[in-house]
Amino acid sequence: MTSKTLTAVLLLASALAQADSPPFPSTYKPLPSEPTLIRNATILTGDGERLENADLYLENGKVAWVGSGDYADGSRIIDATGRWVTPGIIDVHSHLGVYPSPDVDAHSDGNEATAPVTAEVWSEHSVWPQDPGFGRALAGGITTLQILPGSANLFGGRSVTLKNVSAGTYQAMKFPNAPYGLKMACGENPKRVYGRRNSAPSTRMGNVAAYRSSWIKAQRYIEDWNDYERKVAEHEAKAGDSEGNAALAAALNKPPKRDLELETLAGVLKGDIIVHMHCYRADEMVTIMDMADEFGYQVGTFHHGVEAYKIADKLAENGVCGALWADWWGFKMEAYDGIQENIAIVDRPEGGCAIVHSDSDEGIQRLNQEATKAMTRGRAAGLSIPEERAIAWITSNAAKSLGVDAYTGTVAPGMMADVVIWNQNPFSVYAKADQVFIDGAQVYDRLDDALQPLSDFELGQLLEVTP
Amino acid sequence: MKTCLLAILLIFSTSVLSQDLLISQATLHVGDGSTVIENTDILITDGRIAKIAPRIPTNKMIRVINAEGRHVTPALFAGLTASGLTDVEAVSESVDSGYRDLFTGLMHPEIDVRKAYNPLTSVIPVTRVEGFGYTLLAASRSDRGVAGTGGLVRFDGGFNGFEGSDVIYIDLSGHAADSFGGSRAAQWQLIEQAFDESQIKDPDDMTLLSIAGAKALATTKSTGVFVFRVNRAADIQRLIRFAERQEIRAVVHGGREAWIVAKQLAQAEIPVVLNALDNLPADFDSLGARLDNAALLHEAGVTVMFSSGETHNARKVRQVAGNAVANGLPHSAGIQSMTSTPADIFGGESRLAAKGAIADLVVWSGDPLDVNSIAEAVVIGGIPDTMTSRQTKLRDRYLPESTELPRSYIKP
Repeated sequence: MTSKTLTAVLLLASALAQADSPPFPSTYKPLPSEPTLIRNATILTGDGERLENADLYLENGKVAWVGSGDYADGSRIIDATGRWVTPGIIDVHSHLGVYPSPDVDAHSDGNEATAPVTAEVWSEHSVWPQDPGFGRALAGGITTLQILPGSANLFGGRSVTLKNVSAGTYQAMKFPNAPYGLKMACGENPKRVYGRRNSAPSTRMGNVAAYRSSWIKAQRYIEDWNDYERKVAEHEAKAGDSEGNAALAAALNKPPKRDLELETLAGVLKGDIIVHMHCYRADEMVTIMDMADEFGYQVGTFHHGVEAYKIADKLAENGVCGALWADWWGFKMEAYDGIQENIAIVDRPEGGCAIVHSDSDEGIQRLNQEATKAMTRGRAAGLSIPEERAIAWITSNAAKSLGVDAYTGTVAPGMMADVVIWNQNPFSVYAKADQVFIDGAQVYDRLDDALQPLSDFELGQLLEVTP
Repeated sequence: MKTCLLAILLIFSTSVLSQDLLISQATLHVGDGSTVIENTDILITDGRIAKIAPRIPTNKMIRVINAEGRHVTPALFAGLTASGLTDVEAVSESVDSGYRDLFTGLMHPEIDVRKAYNPLTSVIPVTRVEGFGYTLLAASRSDRGVAGTGGLVRFDGGFNGFEGSDVIYIDLSGHAADSFGGSRAAQWQLIEQAFDESQIKDPDDMTLLSIAGAKALATTKSTGVFVFRVNRAADIQRLIRFAERQEIRAVVHGGREAWIVAKQLAQAEIPVVLNALDNLPADFDSLGARLDNAALLHEAGVTVMFSSGETHNARKVRQVAGNAVANGLPHSAGIQSMTSTPADIFGGESRLAAKGAIADLVVWSGDPLDVNSIAEAVVIGGIPDTMTSRQTKLRDRYLPESTELPRSYIKP
């Protein structure tokens, strides 16, 4: 082997190795924290428990214990008498950063509405970290949020899950080890956007045909890579087991060309990327679950699901979450059958996974109020929904939907210390987040301006006025 | 399974069931900004409040709603909406809240959305069962910044539930200026010219208005109200001077930066309709948006009302008011702004819970402004609402966990 060939081989090997480590990696580092004892609170743990007059200890960025235990001398002690503690609130459906404030054309980066299949785009590449909406959401107790592309496309692109910390880059907000999501969309939006341009899809059947064609391409893409890897392995086996031979085997077998669109779709079929699908109508959701069976993948969560209550049992059977609004309806035909009991009915069956989502820079600031409305409607319809159950809709169920439930969404030993202290029962219009902790660090205080982040955009505006 | 939390007792007699209604043991919010009467009865005859007193003896066989101490308020104001002007927002042929593409080059203040009002749309019962009794029909879409005329309408199910003054809608936002005149300066020039034209006699001298338009503008100038959509403090300041010069009754709608000019608004007696949830710098008109806008305005003496910006989900405005209260507005002021104030400002019948007033009332399960309460009984014109809507029927169709026949055979 000439030295030139060897260099080429090594370069190729290193390029392949790079492809294996994810690009745009998270640089998130928890902010400095001190051991913190929160005393005498009503704690909703997020997984169905409610503890009265209970203590909670945060140490090294984690929940150390709930109930009773030892704490370090010199720990910060917060008296939470009369106050309530919940896990940090999680919004699975946000467009903060990609449709930021101010809402001007130059900021409209949420929808690559130029082709119906854009699985190759990643929402994180549109996130403007200076969106003032992040800070407002923090004041509402949001500690984790998923930023999704819009719904114009059948495959809208990858989502990204962020920790709601103030940072100059999205990488510094990126939730470590969170799986990627893929935004897909049913129904009216794709067929309207493309049908009006007299291009496919213009019908619901056109939508489904296009999803299936894409999955078939992704299946072939996986086969091509499997073939390639098998051939490399065969060469390696023949040539003998040494580093040089492995590199040579790789060099002799040209790998398939990488395809960003198909990489994302293949990621879904391999179970690495979670499907988040915008879908309103009950019958369409069932069609999509059948399609998922055809191609051997799992739908993670249906978003919006205004008719999810009509198929609550099927969603539960299939282990699919419903991320829903408390009361939105009527803005388009597929939202005509909205009812305020939707969330409570999706929550009812064994295995039901109901989530309250916002899809709104206003709603994300008070997801607790949205959950309150849904809980109140469920109760009025005769369903038994205590607060300790309803809180899961904006904490643990949301964490499950995003694939981060091993890290956050419940207040339990070993979990990230993402915690909100509320001034009262959070199920009220009068409830406010007093203090918010992310990985044990206090990142917000309602009564202390020094602990309220202000984005670059907001700094220095309206200098001449004070209330 | 549907639990009935509040019993409407029908005391039957073999002969006569009176149309009278007694709401007993209420915690009554009068809606005047201060008065709450504990443990009172409210007697309603002929659709009006006949008497408010601790224990009203009745010798007739009448219907009774025992509020058992619950909060009772006048039926709420749903804000500026297109209730009855739309079925589905994205179905354009079902939407009549404005006009466009008239190709006349004129402004059309005379286009009156009330002509398109349909009280039988499913949107109205959906809103009414949440405790809402009336709304301000708003014209919202136009070619030329002036969206047309509207006015108050009562959710009484009638074809002619209109009340109060003519209300003309003019959009002064940066977005409107961008498409109408290309700048705020040009927009003001055109609006000022239109107001001037409304006062001239010879139609040949008019370039911006039709004869009907000039008449509508002139009439509203003398007896009606102008609602200006405007958020930026500088623009509101300009509007205050314009309203003074033109001697018109103006209302600010939006008003995200209104707190900055609160004193001037109070002095000019210009009310503000706002969405208390608007706290983001959504555009360069709204850099000063803040959660305590309503509280600051109220404190300065400005009359505040609320609108959520929504029609189908107009019921959300109760949450809007609740958040204003959570951010400093006195609770009683929140109730007042949701009940009697809009009727007063837009010329409707008094909606105070007082003797002689129309009996549009709501019994609430809890605090009327909290999201954890619901309307348990709605009374319109003294008649208890059935508390059903297309949505309650869908709920009741799908609430049973299993059914023998397909659910289309369940007709609640």
